Amino acid sequence: MSRRAAGIFTRPEVAAAVGAVLIWVLLAGAAGPAFRSMAGTASYLNAAAPLGILAVGVALLMIGGEFDLSVGSIVGVSGMSVMLLTTEPAWSVWPAIAATVVICLLIGFLNGLTVVRTQLPSFIVTLATLFILRGLTIAAARGFTRRTQLGGLDDVAGYEFARVVFGSAPVAGLRVSIAWWLGCAAVATWVLLRTPWGNWILAVGGQPEAARNVGVRVARVKVGLFMTSALCACLVGIIQAVRFTGADALRGQLQEFYAIIAVVIGGTLLTGGYGTVIGAVFGALIFGMVRQGIVMAGIDADWFQVFLGGMLLLAVFVNRYVLVRAQRAS
Amino acid sequence: MNGAALPRLEARDVSMRFGGVVALEDVSLAARAGEVTCLLGDNGAGKSTLIKILVGVHAPTRGACLLDGEPVRFRSPMEALSRGIATVYQDLAMVPLMSVWRNFFLGAEPTSGRGPLRRIDVERCREETRAELAAMGIELRDPDQVVGSLSGGERQAVAIARALHFGARVLILDEPTAALGVRQSERVLQHVRTAADRGVAVIFVTHTPHHAHPVGDHFVVLRRGRVVADEPREALPVEELAALMAGE
Repeated sequence: MSRRAAGIFTRPEVAAAVGAVLIWVLLAGAAGPAFRSMAGTASYLNAAAPLGILAVGVALLMIGGEFDLSVGSIVGVSGMSVMLLTTEPAWSVWPAIAATVVICLLIGFLNGLTVVRTQLPSFIVTLATLFILRGLTIAAARGFTRRTQLGGLDDVAGYEFARVVFGSAPVAGLRVSIAWWLGCAAVATWVLLRTPWGNWILAVGGQPEAARNVGVRVARVKVGLFMTSALCACLVGIIQAVRFTGADALRGQLQEFYAIIAVVIGGTLLTGGYGTVIGAVFGALIFGMVRQGIVMAGIDADWFQVFLGGMLLLAVFVNRYVLVRAQRAS
Repeated sequence: MNGAALPRLEARDVSMRFGGVVALEDVSLAARAGEVTCLLGDNGAGKSTLIKILVGVHAPTRGACLLDGEPVRFRSPMEALSRGIATVYQDLAMVPLMSVWRNFFLGAEPTSGRGPLRRIDVERCREETRAELAAMGIELRDPDQVVGSLSGGERQAVAIARALHFGARVLILDEPTAALGVRQSERVLQHVRTAADRGVAVIFVTHTPHHAHPVGDHFVVLRRGRVVADEPREALPVEELAALMAGE
């Protein structure tokens, strides 16, 4: 095998891309035309998009050597914040969205600040945030409205334009959230591979002391990454609130784990310093295809979680192999 | 003022206490441009403490550091770096899973474009990395290969080349040969010499007299926090240097 060909197999995202193709072939066979049709394609892409957006932020953060278990709860905060701001102070949709973005960025900032100041593992810090934010979301919803599910966003001024931007399905059943997903992934890939910030993210995750020795502001990079993952979660919450014209205080539960799974399937190392956003895109795509394809193939949806866990284990083995290859020769 | 004779970086009568423990007692060391100054000593002799004082990790209990004859007190290694004092640490110089060119320019990436389109000039990074390493006698197969795939000696070479590229005036090498085999050590020693020949003041920290002697111009030997020898190469044959280290 030529060096170039050998080099391709050491790219972190290639295994995920190959996996995505294999799974498509498998499901296209098992589920038949329903899966291969435009409607089937739209159905799994639509399912992959929200998770894909979350995975973009989580991927950058994990490459930077940290976890964020609170993204699912931030999805809940985001949707509920839009709803409460449009019902309680009766703001129109766009100011509510702007304020929600600020709130979520602040949450990300506090997550990051806590991690870099206390030097505690981000796994624990954001596990705490996961529960605190979920509890606060439920309490705030009940406190203001006595309910945990709110609707009627489509009656609020500014909704129509927000629907076009966040909630529409302009082409052949493909939702606009797919464009957000791929747009976020493109920007994140550009930042990671072509800007100084990307270089710092890789270094901070790979060897923070070496990064610090040459003047990289490690704490600033990490706080920025937590704000990015919170912003991605915020976007998902807004998209879902607009699309469903309401919010549920429990929305986003378990998404933090699905996002981590998508990122790991995409070839990013749990220990940081190595991985790509493109890999996470394929990870989310696999997630969407399996979730929708299993149902279309007539398999009981209960098997989805079994399959997901199996994929995760397989991905970790493949990643370890790729890593050894990458270190030996590139 | 005679600039040529003036040490570029100097520790003068430095003492350091941690609580009641005396780590350094009246230690002086002068690093001159174009010279390799070897700092020798066994583990625990105070080599690391002295280096940390020079680059601003610790403030000395007594004594002073001078840069170009002027007293300085750096608040951090970053401040020392900004004044041209680069330190290469044995294990923590490189990010193993990043490519050679990404490591080379880490923290000082050259960019092109403006505003949100400001991006790393990747071609320039690759070219300059290749050129700088070629100047050190290392032919890089591919600047995109990860540092983890380089040998220990090559990693040290990349770190030294990086410091020189970014205009280091003083280069502190902390045990660069400690984890290396004979042949690799020899290569690194050549790089140490190359750096000095380019006019840099090199401080070479080691506990191996046989590594220090072939490249050193001047030797400072520490034992239990005190200077037991401060001699030019001519005055100190390698056997004597080894004996001093062993405390004989």
